Amino acid sequence: MTDKKKLRLATTSLAGCFGCHMSFLDIDERLFPLLDLIEFDRSPLTDIKHCGPCDIGLIEGGVCNAENVHVLREFRKNCKILVAIGACAINGGLPAQRNSLDLGDCLTEVYLTEPGLAHGHIPNDPELPLPLDKVHPLHEVVKIDYYIPGCPPSGDAIWKFFNDLIAGKTPGLGHGLIRYD
Amino acid sequence: MSGAFQLDGAEVPFATGQTVLQAALAAGRYIPHLCYHPEFTPHGSCKLCTVKVGGRTAAACTMPAESGLQIESNTEELNGLRRTLVQMLFVEGNHFCPSCEASGNCQLQATAYELQMMTPRFDQLFPDRPLDASHPDILLDFNRCILCELCVRASSEVDGKNVFALAGRGITKHLIVNAESGLLKDTGMALADKAMQVCPVGVILRKGAGFTVPIGRRRYDLSPVSAQALDDAPRVPAGEAHD
Repeated sequence: MTDKKKLRLATTSLAGCFGCHMSFLDIDERLFPLLDLIEFDRSPLTDIKHCGPCDIGLIEGGVCNAENVHVLREFRKNCKILVAIGACAINGGLPAQRNSLDLGDCLTEVYLTEPGLAHGHIPNDPELPLPLDKVHPLHEVVKIDYYIPGCPPSGDAIWKFFNDLIAGKTPGLGHGLIRYD
Repeated sequence: MSGAFQLDGAEVPFATGQTVLQAALAAGRYIPHLCYHPEFTPHGSCKLCTVKVGGRTAAACTMPAESGLQIESNTEELNGLRRTLVQMLFVEGNHFCPSCEASGNCQLQATAYELQMMTPRFDQLFPDRPLDASHPDILLDFNRCILCELCVRASSEVDGKNVFALAGRGITKHLIVNAESGLLKDTGMALADKAMQVCPVGVILRKGAGFTVPIGRRRYDLSPVSAQALDDAPRVPAGEAHD
């Protein structure tokens, strides 16, 4: 198709549900022309564990624990353009609904006092990343270059965004493509 | 008396008594706004309708139309300032659109779409604002209040009940319920009240009627707020008396 060097794209989900990644796959057969222009680095689609130098980093989910902070900084360090995709990355989304509650109270209620998960033990394995006191959107931790709002944004919105970005235009979403729900 | 002023280089006719915003909307020209409602006295508090008149800023909703005014509205500078105002409204409350019954019918959300707000940009304040679910038919979710005072105005001017008021100053300003207990159940608020119909966001909700129209088929899903605000505007033919 083109002799131009492919753009390298890394993606990850932090405090997200992978819904934005599913929506990315909803661009369906348009993935093929996209793959003529980009190649994947670290992503759930490649299972590469660490991000190398990339042109574009696409991050869904907000920042809810210490590991999220490390991954986000790794992306910022390696990606020329960092894109926050979806409600959680942009304003904290669903996980941030705990922000008006005390974290200790949340853990106590889930693991100690509520029936169901109660086994008298709040998980404390050293391999588990420590939760942050509050859930934060990405732009409160690192600089974000572009945002694709939506919960999740539609495949069409993601397609429009990549087309604009790859064409060197400022990405814009018109009526019907820009949505917060 | 009537006349015409210039809005972004185009002539807009007006009738006596019309404000700049009323005349612009009646002439089919949208100026973004939130606290203005065609049925209520203009309020001038949200500042979204700010325009430049001869180089000075003014709220289009309160400024009387006058012949010969040179007004700028749809410029990159003013729309940028409007976007900033909307961004501040978003971070000041808890506007979690995916779980909001008003999503798609929300004027704040639709106005943010119109202004191409891709991010709230500022740090979220995440305020703690408990709900009032005391009333049998009505739920109040204060997380989404933008302090437009439309419910305050509707309840006092139309319903004659004075159910709502704003209390506090600056960042602590908030919507309160006018009852000794502070709870909606101890007021005369009823489903038929005008105050039920005017909330531009999702604060005042009818209980037991959630999501009857699915997301995707709601008011601002069908066409943007800039088109619907024009449909809602009272049309006053230029030259006719207006009161």
